[in-house]
Amino acid sequence: MQITLTVNGETRDMDLDPRVTLLDALRDHLRLTGSKKGCDHGQCGACTVLMDGRRVNACLVLAAMAEGAEITTVEGLGRPGSLNPLQQEFVACDGFQCGYCTPGQIMSATGMLAEARDGWPSHVSESLAGPVALTDGEIAERMSGNLCRCAAYPGIRQAISNCAGTSAEAAKEAAE
Amino acid sequence: MTVNFRMDAPQPRLLDQTGQGVIHKPLDRPEGPLKVSGRATYAAETHLPGMAHGVLVTASIARGHVEAIDDSAAHELEGYLGCWNGERFLRNPAQGMAGAAPVQPGDRVDFRGQPIAVVVAETFETARDAARRLRILYSEEDAVTDPAEAEFETKEDADAARAVAEALETAAHRIDATYTTASHAAAAMEPHASIAEWNGDQLTLRSALQMLRFNALELADAMGLERGQVRILSPYVGGGFGSKLGLGPEAVAASMAARDLGRPVRVAMTRQQVFETVLRRSETVQRLRLAADSGGRLTALAHDNRQFQLLGEGFAEPVPQASRFLYAGAARSYRQDLGRMHRTPSGSVRAPGEAVGQLAMEAAMDELADAVGLDPVELRLRNIPDAHPGTGTRFSAHGLEACLIDGAARFGWDRRAGPRARQEGDWLIGMGMAGAARPNMLVPSEARVTLAGDRATVETDMTDIGTGSYAILSQIAAEMLGLPAENVTARLGDTDLPGASGSGGSFGAGSSGSSVFLAAKDLRGQIAALMGAAEDGLTLKDGLARAGNVEKRLADLIAEPIAATAKIEKGEMAKETHQSGYGAHFCEVAVHALTGEIRVRRFEGTFAAGRILNEKTARSQCIGGIVWGIGAALTEELVHDARTGQPVTRDLASYHVPAHADVPQIGVTFLQERDDAANPIQAKGVGELGISGAGAAVLNAVANATGVRLRDYPATPDRVIAALAAAGL
Amino acid sequence: MKPFEYIRAEGIDEAGTAAAGGATLIAGGTNLLDLMKLQVAAPGTLVDIGHVPGLGDIEETAEGLRIGALVTNSALAADPRVRKGWPVLSRAILSGASGQIRNRATTAGNLLQRTRCPYFQDPASPCNKREPGSGCPAKGGVSRMTAILGTSENCIAAHPSDMAVAMTLLEAEAEIRAAAGTVRHLPLGDLYRVPGDQPDEETTLQPGEIITAVHVPHVPAGSVQAYRKVRDRASYAFALVSVAGIVRMEEGRMAEARLAFGGVGTKPWHDAEADALLTGRRPSEALFGEAAQLVLAGARTEEGNAFKVPLLSRTMKAVLRELTGAAPASPGTDRTEAYA
Repeated sequence: MQITLTVNGETRDMDLDPRVTLLDALRDHLRLTGSKKGCDHGQCGACTVLMDGRRVNACLVLAAMAEGAEITTVEGLGRPGSLNPLQQEFVACDGFQCGYCTPGQIMSATGMLAEARDGWPSHVSESLAGPVALTDGEIAERMSGNLCRCAAYPGIRQAISNCAGTSAEAAKEAAE
Repeated sequence: MTVNFRMDAPQPRLLDQTGQGVIHKPLDRPEGPLKVSGRATYAAETHLPGMAHGVLVTASIARGHVEAIDDSAAHELEGYLGCWNGERFLRNPAQGMAGAAPVQPGDRVDFRGQPIAVVVAETFETARDAARRLRILYSEEDAVTDPAEAEFETKEDADAARAVAEALETAAHRIDATYTTASHAAAAMEPHASIAEWNGDQLTLRSALQMLRFNALELADAMGLERGQVRILSPYVGGGFGSKLGLGPEAVAASMAARDLGRPVRVAMTRQQVFETVLRRSETVQRLRLAADSGGRLTALAHDNRQFQLLGEGFAEPVPQASRFLYAGAARSYRQDLGRMHRTPSGSVRAPGEAVGQLAMEAAMDELADAVGLDPVELRLRNIPDAHPGTGTRFSAHGLEACLIDGAARFGWDRRAGPRARQEGDWLIGMGMAGAARPNMLVPSEARVTLAGDRATVETDMTDIGTGSYAILSQIAAEMLGLPAENVTARLGDTDLPGASGSGGSFGAGSSGSSVFLAAKDLRGQIAALMGAAEDGLTLKDGLARAGNVEKRLADLIAEPIAATAKIEKGEMAKETHQSGYGAHFCEVAVHALTGEIRVRRFEGTFAAGRILNEKTARSQCIGGIVWGIGAALTEELVHDARTGQPVTRDLASYHVPAHADVPQIGVTFLQERDDAANPIQAKGVGELGISGAGAAVLNAVANATGVRLRDYPATPDRVIAALAAAGL
Repeated sequence: MKPFEYIRAEGIDEAGTAAAGGATLIAGGTNLLDLMKLQVAAPGTLVDIGHVPGLGDIEETAEGLRIGALVTNSALAADPRVRKGWPVLSRAILSGASGQIRNRATTAGNLLQRTRCPYFQDPASPCNKREPGSGCPAKGGVSRMTAILGTSENCIAAHPSDMAVAMTLLEAEAEIRAAAGTVRHLPLGDLYRVPGDQPDEETTLQPGEIITAVHVPHVPAGSVQAYRKVRDRASYAFALVSVAGIVRMEEGRMAEARLAFGGVGTKPWHDAEADALLTGRRPSEALFGEAAQLVLAGARTEEGNAFKVPLLSRTMKAVLRELTGAAPASPGTDRTEAYA
């Protein structure tokens, strides 16, 4: 079937089997292999992309279902030489080792910071009333949908925390 | 000309005399920008024209034969290209450093989940559909799938066992405890995948592998080719942890199909297939008997284990590997009972031996400390041997004592209270510790370093599986050649390059790092000659060469590129000394008194592993190991159905690797150390040191928190409440 | 995954007609696509209702809230009204899955998700739920994640939802639209079937019926609500057991007490007798134990899941302590506030 996807601001037309997932469309058809296939069942988070600004598992979305949505992949954030601040912090904090879960961690963190800015609570929030203070425990809970077998978790959270300052301030302002 | 070097004697500490100052520095990984921007390409991510897609089919019986495969229903699918199996098909991945094809069983099935065929189609979607349409006719045979029915092969030194038994009888204090550990999966985030591409009779394989020098031999043997006909590319590997040491079934499946089809074929395992097919760590039952005198000094130690393996596989988990030398005691015995079962075979998973052996041994040491009435740190300090207690071999640099003292101070061990003494609401708080050791090895490794002006290139088929090879190999060359690290490029993961040790056994940094060091050292000689100076009078820094009062820019001096190739192998030092990295783990946990949930709240590790080549990547390696220890202690359990041999926890939702929320911020400290016996760069491995003993520190903290000792791991809530209930809590 | 026809429904009528004709509906897809890849589900026609208008809102009604079928789990958990008036619902949702999955998973889809029993998920295994009459290998097999309540000889698969446990506690009703356009309301307790001798029939929905919304009635302000989930890791795992509760204290007694349970039942579990036992009584450890005994009286266990009896009992105690003020509240226990 004919499917049009909007990926990183570009419109891409494809003729796809309806069974093609958003993840496989990105990786095998658009050759954007930054989004990784770690489990293909929503159990690892390596395929995380933004769909209309919210983080989702690209393996659990059919490409056809994503038609009309704005998709952002890690390739859309920054490239070597012009990495975005979160990508730079991941490098500086050694928030990865083998690198396979890394794009998913970064996309998930990007979505997660927006959720925190919007005041969304988490399972470990002391209060549901907000605002959200992104402590290490809060970041850990919110990022738990992204497994890292190298276990770069502490570095990942340090990197996110270093980028979360503006988010926390924005949340505070929103609460006031 | 290749420099050949045998490690027969301690070498000068040249890396302490060079002036560039990039060794040990916590430099960022040079490949980092590619990884964080999604531009590093892994095994399945190269797009080749005309590439077809394969999906493996796995056996649904535990033992028997495939009598027939009927793919007529698959033929109805447009784009179906065929089904391959047969004599070259691999039963399971090769064991580490095999250098020859693993078992090729033909139509025989030896375990449930064994790959038996590959289905190939124009698209992944069609191949996946076609794989489900195969009708497979089996002749089934009786299988041993229940551990209770396994037959065991026993290895034991009867004299040693008798000596231990005698020492136990007369000991002032003794411990006799049995621990069980679960089967573990490496579960690297990148599923095993290969793309095979033929050019005439030349085969190029893009794959996710750790030890290319061996893997090329395995591939050639499996396919009936000469070594010169195969090339393997693994520039980026999405984690290995032992699971990618040996060539896997998907590589041969892709190669077979690609040859027949005359076009490239990609085969990626599904996550479920990774759990079913890839070598796992065996479940173990370990009996620890310790005898000590009234002062807590060990007089005897027996570390016996029972584990499982598939017939035809030679690997056995070296469970007591660290127990052989970590602590003193005259009488020592290690019995192994290896049971044969028709289950996914066992193999190397991160720190084979220590990962589960120290989980039990370090828990037993804690129990002994209780029995003697000694602080657990003090007990260990009293039992540090002067030489290898089994062989008398002298130790090379030995940092256990310093690690124990540093770690205890850093953690605040003196604030540890007695059992079940701290409570916050329903949470019981406790502290625990453990020692760590992981032997150091040197494996043949070769590298070429080329200097062109003031830029250098390192070339070796070494892999970077997340370990930091790109970073440290660049740093070593940069330090030796007096260049900023960014002036050095490392080309890795290609069997056309000089053959390296590969990544495994924590020997990659020391072995391949030494080969780069030696090649760069040779270049220093060449530069000195160009300067007309002696090598020991040469100073290289910031792209400048100085000798006496002559100073030249390398950019000017090196008009034509100069190159050197060096190869290292182990020598007399490996016989004269026993080499190991050491460490100490300290942990604080909270245990919910009612629900049995455990949360790790704090963790500190101190390590002594010779020269640390990059403080940032080494730290990440140790953190990773510690988290694996947390997983083994608390969450990870690969479960098989004892009736069918079926792997049941075969996905990442049911095999619980630790998630972010299971892991606190972790402190890692490296002690300054040089191990002159290890290699010319005085460095020892860190990739597996972190896991060794880490889980025991968690479990010892649980014992301190609850006053109850768990011996059945992982300590999931059901096991914790059972132990609490047994103690009336 | 077998080939299927993909249709994007423009309206509810179209979706209802398609469903009545045997099509499978997909919205978030977080469970259905998972099962299609395993070939546990193999729809011939897949109707995407994700863009059907009118199903994505949370509206206030006189009785409480009407939550549209397509409201995502994330949006529901983060809704300010839900956080104040029905915190147990937020907490239950937030304890499930991951941020990514909650952003896609929908309210109705969550209610209708299938069990994660490993034998159900592996087409190479027999399973009465997948292939009626083929057998239940979970019995006598690896049964750690299976149910102990509401089971039958044919099936012991646990219902995996956290959200549905909270909604069961809250006495929510599903708003169900038949293909003909008629609408009925059904308490969640009546939506789910226990397996009996038809484990493949999981709900009482008729062909062509679509859950269009869930109605959640008000909870009196001043009560305390809690959701406590015990699992094998600290996050991103299915429940071994979970307990949802609401207690309103008056003069040292539980003027109202309700509990519901996850991880233990073949459907989200509620025990009216246990609620009745607690209601009107002064909290005590002995009373909590009695309530647990009542809930667990009908438990049938396997070797692999017998631990759920003591674990549920102990978790009930922990939750009731917090709900009654005998222990300090931890994250997951919240006071009900007027939501407006």
